[in-house]
Amino acid sequence: MTALDIAGFSILLLLGTAVVCPLFSRWERLLIPVAFALAAFAAGAVTLAGFLALSQGINSAATIPLGLPGLPFNIRLDPLAGFFLIVIGTLSLFTSIYSIGYVRSYLGQRPVTPLVLFYLLFMAGMLLVIIADDAYLFLVAWELMAAASYFLVMYEDERAENRRAAFLYLLVAHVGAIGILLSFGVMAGLATGFDRFDGYTFDAMRAAHLSPGWSTAAFFLAFFGFAAKAGVIPLHVWLPEAHPVAPSNVSALMSGVMLKTSIYGMVRVGFDLLGEFPWWWGGIVLVFGLISAVLGVLYALMQHDLKRLLAYHSVENIGIILIGLGLAMIFTAFHFPALAALALVAALYHTLNHALFKGLLFMGAGAVIHATRERNMEEMGGLIRPLPWTSGLFLVGCISISGLPPFNGFVSEWLTFQAFLLSPALPQPLLKLLIPLGAALLALTGALAAACFVKAFGVTFLGSRRGHRKGEKIHEVGPAMLLGMSLTALSCLALGVLPTFVIGWLDAIPQQLLGGHLATTAGQFGWLWLTPATADRASYSGPLVFGVILAVVAVTYLLLHVRGASIRRVPLWDCGFERITPRMQYTATAFAMPIRRVLGFLFDIREQVELVSPQNHPVMADNIRYRLRIRDRIWAWLYAPQADAAFWVARWVGKLQQGRIQIYLMYSFVTLIVLLVFLG
Amino acid sequence: MSHALVVQLNLLLAALILLTSFALLVQRRMFAILHIFAWQGFFLGVSTAIIGFATGVHHLYLSSLLTLVMKVILLPYILYKLILKLKIHREIESMMNVPTTMMIGIALVIFSYHLTEPIRQLSALMTRTTLAVALATVMLGLLMMVTRRHAVSQIIGFLAMENGLFFAATSATYGMPMVVELGVALDLLIAAFIFGIFFFHINTTFDSLDVDQMAKLKETD
Amino acid sequence: MSLHPLAIELLQLALLLGLAPAFAGWVKIVKCRLQGRTSPGLLQPYRDISRLFIKDVTLAEGASWIFRFTPYLIFGVTVLAGAIIPLVSTELPLADTADIIALVMLFAIVRFFTALAGMDIGTAFGGMGSSREMMISALAEPAMLMAVFTVSLTSSSTSLTRMVEVMSRGDFTIRPSMAFALIAFILVALAETGRIPVDNPATHLELTMIHEAMILEYSGRYLALIEWAGMMKLMLFFSLGIAAFTPWGIATSGEPLALLAGAALFILKLLLGGVIMVLIETSMAKMRIFRVPEYLGSAFLLATLGMIAFFILE
Repeated sequence: MTALDIAGFSILLLLGTAVVCPLFSRWERLLIPVAFALAAFAAGAVTLAGFLALSQGINSAATIPLGLPGLPFNIRLDPLAGFFLIVIGTLSLFTSIYSIGYVRSYLGQRPVTPLVLFYLLFMAGMLLVIIADDAYLFLVAWELMAAASYFLVMYEDERAENRRAAFLYLLVAHVGAIGILLSFGVMAGLATGFDRFDGYTFDAMRAAHLSPGWSTAAFFLAFFGFAAKAGVIPLHVWLPEAHPVAPSNVSALMSGVMLKTSIYGMVRVGFDLLGEFPWWWGGIVLVFGLISAVLGVLYALMQHDLKRLLAYHSVENIGIILIGLGLAMIFTAFHFPALAALALVAALYHTLNHALFKGLLFMGAGAVIHATRERNMEEMGGLIRPLPWTSGLFLVGCISISGLPPFNGFVSEWLTFQAFLLSPALPQPLLKLLIPLGAALLALTGALAAACFVKAFGVTFLGSRRGHRKGEKIHEVGPAMLLGMSLTALSCLALGVLPTFVIGWLDAIPQQLLGGHLATTAGQFGWLWLTPATADRASYSGPLVFGVILAVVAVTYLLLHVRGASIRRVPLWDCGFERITPRMQYTATAFAMPIRRVLGFLFDIREQVELVSPQNHPVMADNIRYRLRIRDRIWAWLYAPQADAAFWVARWVGKLQQGRIQIYLMYSFVTLIVLLVFLG
Repeated sequence: MSHALVVQLNLLLAALILLTSFALLVQRRMFAILHIFAWQGFFLGVSTAIIGFATGVHHLYLSSLLTLVMKVILLPYILYKLILKLKIHREIESMMNVPTTMMIGIALVIFSYHLTEPIRQLSALMTRTTLAVALATVMLGLLMMVTRRHAVSQIIGFLAMENGLFFAATSATYGMPMVVELGVALDLLIAAFIFGIFFFHINTTFDSLDVDQMAKLKETD
Repeated sequence: MSLHPLAIELLQLALLLGLAPAFAGWVKIVKCRLQGRTSPGLLQPYRDISRLFIKDVTLAEGASWIFRFTPYLIFGVTVLAGAIIPLVSTELPLADTADIIALVMLFAIVRFFTALAGMDIGTAFGGMGSSREMMISALAEPAMLMAVFTVSLTSSSTSLTRMVEVMSRGDFTIRPSMAFALIAFILVALAETGRIPVDNPATHLELTMIHEAMILEYSGRYLALIEWAGMMKLMLFFSLGIAAFTPWGIATSGEPLALLAGAALFILKLLLGGVIMVLIETSMAKMRIFRVPEYLGSAFLLATLGMIAFFILE
């Protein structure tokens, strides 16, 4: 069985399971473990297929006699597709294990069969997008993915905000899909002429030679479409609405891997199908990446809903990936294949890393919400005691996403920094000066992300419990959920400690697309040192960082425990303040206040302090009320005018509606006459 | 002094001039602004003298002397007296967001580098690289005039701009003809006196040197 | 004869662990002299630390494992950083473990966990310190990176040993870019190590503390580890500055004589650096927290000017 067969049969397995799901809707307690175990099996198989393709450089294609007559579906597995199969497969595997425990909590509350069904379809859709080798199958799969995820976002449909979020998601996804469709149309049409159909395969598009104008149009249409799906600012508005309201296992998949299909699409269209481009395409991608990264993390910092915060971080991380892609495009345009390879590998590595740590964080958030029935961080605190395992695993996710060594987020951000620092090689003097400023913005993003996760972890898990439900008992989540999260956390650590292996495998992709590759290792014990450019230029050793820190910590601990100094538990000191209560802790809003004040001009902030005092005496207030409203400026600038315009148009068009059948018949009649006049 | 060392010294002075331009841009206190301005004049004078020494263009010594006398001693002294007399030496200027101003300043430097790049390629003078700094100094002076609200700091912005022009002349062509330079120096001196008179008038009319007050002159409709 | 690289590594670590308190003591001595006070002497930090090690620990009731683990981690990471920065010789086997960017991120781990520990016990001060610290670090990071970038332009490498080799080998040249980067680095380093004008290491005045607020509840051996690591961090930032900007005289081989000379020169530079820092600290007042963005903005500006100066002028 070839790798392509494995992938194909896994997708068939998913689709098949989805089809028979409704038959078992009466035995839901049984359906959950069986269906998710099958999903996990399929995900594992797909990961294996992807790994085979990537490590052996397989490039195999097949044609399936399905679809329309004369337009069969084509599938292909090459290293790029293989890598994305690994990304999707790994996280789906872990999430499916997690789901066995997570979905059970819905039993008795609402029917779970739809959740299982659309989960499976969603996975199958994503995988099909990756292996599609023609525009037709790609778009069918793309729509399958979008529709399935729409129903998943709608799953808890009794709340109006969920329905609104799902609608917004569907709207943006389809506006984006139009962009992608038009882009493929341009490429296919120019490949073989607009009167024939056989230009729809990717092979034909690859072979076509587009004029610079048309290829720019094709690229930016596709970029627009994929950016809408990926949540690139300013097309991100749906993301922080839709991701938090979906069930957490689905949020993990949506944030972790669904966004990545857009990254796949950008790489496929930009580097593979079009191939040649001027540097300013990369410049635009880079600028959008920087904007998304910085604004995404800043918006995230302002949130106090745990899942919304994570959703905004997806915007940030997509930005970081785009930064890598943009740099790779700039380097490619100036014909530096080795440097472009570094930037591309950085972007892809971050894609994989983000899938894992964001998946982990969403699963952890799901566990917290499952345990506390609360999404607002201001109502949490001190959860590290009732949830020891969940909190530890969540912490791994926090460290990884903050880009701190020795976990995986650091490696890819470090590679991106290295790509930035190679920009002095460019021949354009202006770019030499401007690109390093981008590196500064990336550093700002990283530090703000760390601040945000100190806040997220600190307010949620540390300190003592705040809020109304202080007395309620909280239990640690079940073994399946913990297993899913633990595996993800272990992968985060492994990818951070042993990056040389991963990058060695990833190297096949730039070789396929750019003809350049990395000098990943150097000298003796090569696997120990990651040296992306040359050994002289920069090096990082994950195993040593991890090992030495661990060793020093262990030795210090042992040395200090030789003599049994006792530990006395005492009440809080707090500079001598005695009556300290949980309400005096810093809240999430308070934590973000300094940054809100410094960088507040980027938001639309309305802050009100109200003093309620008996004699209207400003000093002797006995009640202070604080109101804070923070809004995305982009909504007011970009979307509100459009919505208003749409309503305005709708009101005018609405006048057509009369409610009388004769008038409608007249409309048809007039239309017919007009058409006959023009066509006759 | 070897040629390489002269070039390096000149670059260092150019960098310092650029630094003082930025310092002028963000400094809030009146006397501090004056001091920085004097330092900028000093660096400019020294740089001119060094270029004169290295190239053997001897009238640059005279320009250097003129710069030192005018911009390090005379103009700061006049402004110093003026500030004392107007009793504004304790004033701290409110100004637009400092980091934003800095960012705009950096953008202007990069822009002037971009503008002078073709000249750099063509020119063979040893001072060609400092042309970008000179242009940037002019632009930063202009930026200072735009962002400041206080009349005195606006004047200093103007004078800093002139410094930039002077520096541009030295780096592009090893200085302007002597006659032009003397004329400019005289102009500046007279301008300083006229500014002084205007300051008095603004101050007596509006009781402040905040130029935003002049918005009152606009006829309301 | 030449020492084995591993031996040099161990010697360097011993130097760091042993000298860091003395350096802190030296800074205090100079400061006291300048301010007309009598100083507690060079050995006071040693006495402080050893006293803390002997004392029992009083632990706040709500403290979780994060609070207890953080001191060990801080210590471990700081020691690792000390094994990477070349102090007296470039012959370090662990020097390639992390380049300067990774090194900055190592210090970020320290900050991340200190901030978490500050929030762990659930006091108002702890949260306040964490929140402020993270804000300052967010603004310091871009400035730090630009300074690092400017320095790495000259040697076209971010590896510290390589930077040292390039800087100490070449002829003396005046580099405006390096001067700018150095000033920017000093400004950022003052912020990162929590010195005046950004933070005051000596204060326990409630509303002005930042770093102290986070470690307020620590005692006994935990506090000893944190204090010691803090002293090492201060010394390491100096060493980083010395390595990146004035590495002249550092040993490039394992010869004992060269090592000795390198060590002597390093200590001399360190003492001088301490005096300079004290001069800055005494001549400035601690600034309001919302003036810090301007301060760090200036650092960023200087670093960027350094980079621009490199491309335009050099």
